[in-house]
Amino acid sequence: MSAKKMNSLQAVNAALHQAMAEDDKVIVLGEDIADREGGGVTGATAGLSTKFGDDRVKSTPISEQAIIGAAIGAALAGYKPVAEIMLMNFTAVAMDMIFNHAAKLRFMSGGQSTVPITIRTLTGAGWQTAGQHADHLEGWFAHTAGIKVVAPSNPVDYKGLLLSCIQDPDPCIFIESAGSLFIPADVPDDLAPIPLGKARVVQEGSDVTIISWSSQVIRCQQALAPLAEAGISVELIDLRTVSPWDKEAVLASVTKTGRAVIAHEAVRHFGPGGEIASTISEELFGQLKAPVRRLGAPYSPVPFAKVLEDAYIVSPDQVVETVKALMA
Amino acid sequence: MAELSNAPAPTPDQLVDIYRRMIRIERNDDAIRKTIRLGRLVMPYYSARGQEVIPATLSSLMTDDDKICTIYRGIHDMVAKDMPLRPLWAEIAGRVDGTCKGKGGPMHLTHPESGVMVTTGIVGSSMPIANGLAWAAKLDGSKRVTIAYFGDGASNIGAFHESLNLASVWKLPVIFVCQNNGFAEHTRYENGTSVDFIAKRAIGYGMPGHTVDGNDPLAMFAAAHEAITRAREGEGPTLLECKTFRFHGHVLGDDDKYMTKEEKAAAIAKDPLPAFKTWLVEQGHATEESLAAMQATIEAEIEDAQEFGLASPLPSVDELRRDVFAQEIPA
Repeated sequence: MSAKKMNSLQAVNAALHQAMAEDDKVIVLGEDIADREGGGVTGATAGLSTKFGDDRVKSTPISEQAIIGAAIGAALAGYKPVAEIMLMNFTAVAMDMIFNHAAKLRFMSGGQSTVPITIRTLTGAGWQTAGQHADHLEGWFAHTAGIKVVAPSNPVDYKGLLLSCIQDPDPCIFIESAGSLFIPADVPDDLAPIPLGKARVVQEGSDVTIISWSSQVIRCQQALAPLAEAGISVELIDLRTVSPWDKEAVLASVTKTGRAVIAHEAVRHFGPGGEIASTISEELFGQLKAPVRRLGAPYSPVPFAKVLEDAYIVSPDQVVETVKALMA
Repeated sequence: MAELSNAPAPTPDQLVDIYRRMIRIERNDDAIRKTIRLGRLVMPYYSARGQEVIPATLSSLMTDDDKICTIYRGIHDMVAKDMPLRPLWAEIAGRVDGTCKGKGGPMHLTHPESGVMVTTGIVGSSMPIANGLAWAAKLDGSKRVTIAYFGDGASNIGAFHESLNLASVWKLPVIFVCQNNGFAEHTRYENGTSVDFIAKRAIGYGMPGHTVDGNDPLAMFAAAHEAITRAREGEGPTLLECKTFRFHGHVLGDDDKYMTKEEKAAAIAKDPLPAFKTWLVEQGHATEESLAAMQATIEAEIEDAQEFGLASPLPSVDELRRDVFAQEIPA
């Protein structure tokens, strides 16, 4: 079986090429995405318009409501649109279309309408893009019934999960996060779509379960060696899909370890870690050896100054300290 | 009655068909309001009484394959598009036989078989989605057209401007139909809108814009014919501003304190229904008897739909777990 070494953006590009080649109902739209405009600001859509034509791959004006609206309408007529909202903060401009329409049309129509759109969007701290270009807003979307929230951490999952989002009958938001974009890995050419809602065990262990997703998984992986040196056996779970989340896998792991830490790049205050922590506490109260802990960004906008940005992101050291404290 | 020079005149059959759609809207609206007042229906109701001519005329030029996206004041648009009334009544009553199994209600009535693709409760939101339906028609190589209905207030929200621009850049087969009833909720047109005619805004987006007397079937027919033909022939979008009046305020029960009694009475005196009926008979396109028979058939259809809807069972609470996603959410 052949494989290619690629980073996560290249994996996105490969998934889009594959999905468009396999299904002519797959169409792509967004700002600057056609080759005439450079194939996307990150190059994620490079080559698509040349290969599949300007009708199926359309650059748009800077009009996020119009982008998502066009995706919804085309989906209602049988297409599988992949819309790019360049940065996750810009979803705020299209929130009516996403939240009131894409997510709800199936339910409000009693199942007559189906909105199989995928919204690809980039975000994440680390590039000093400050307060309006880097928020991890998965909690907003996870709180809305009717939309799936997918947040991969590595090139294989970027490709496999994006293929699943595109073919999924419901709207999906696919988060491409700065901290996870440029770490290459071997991605099989014939990779099968990775099912949504299924977590991946990154490392098995018996003392503590760490639950994470997106770029934060990488910072949790960096904590694994020092924790092993300290004699702590960590089970690291990459949730991959934030909503619907793999409750079964998480509860099975915490049943085994009796301790849980949830780490995410999103703000901790009212963040998605709260939902997971409370579910663990409700389901496994008698079996827990320590309180469930949550790690997330402080209650602050994403800052500009490097020293502040570094402090904003949950570091591998914080993960190590938190796990050690749980074991003490 | 004004006519655009290059549009063909409607045939007598087309004129009678427009009247049929108008009277079906009006009789249905009357039945809904009476049923609400009797306490047999509990729903927020945004009556479109007075606005019948606009969708009746446009629908007379649409095929079953053509699509509409409409808004909370939109039951007239659906009835004009020949949505069957039984599932409509079951839906507004919140029953299982409703178009949406009672889960959408009057503000989200959907019936793709009739081309009613989206009904939105968010001002301005019909337009971005209509663009996508029109894009799909282009991709399909189909000549079908999509209409986005909205009110005058919606021309001040961002979605209107984004949508007109995109439709023009992509040359989409879509018609933006503004039903300008003079009030954005409670705010008088000139207190919320910067131009005297909304159609002028089309200039800014490089598309034709026409202001039409939305209570005049002949003027509406000419404008609708031109816009629909333009869309079908792949020449791009049109903005139609159709001036009209809503007889029952923003929401049923509102006390209209934002206008004078005289102003309202004068507007209602221009009710297009009796005027058009008289004109049809005077012109020899129909007789009093034929129109009375048509009305009786429609009233029987409405009575049947009302009984059917109100007798339909209530939905099971299990419906809360269905249609959130394609796959049912486990209990």
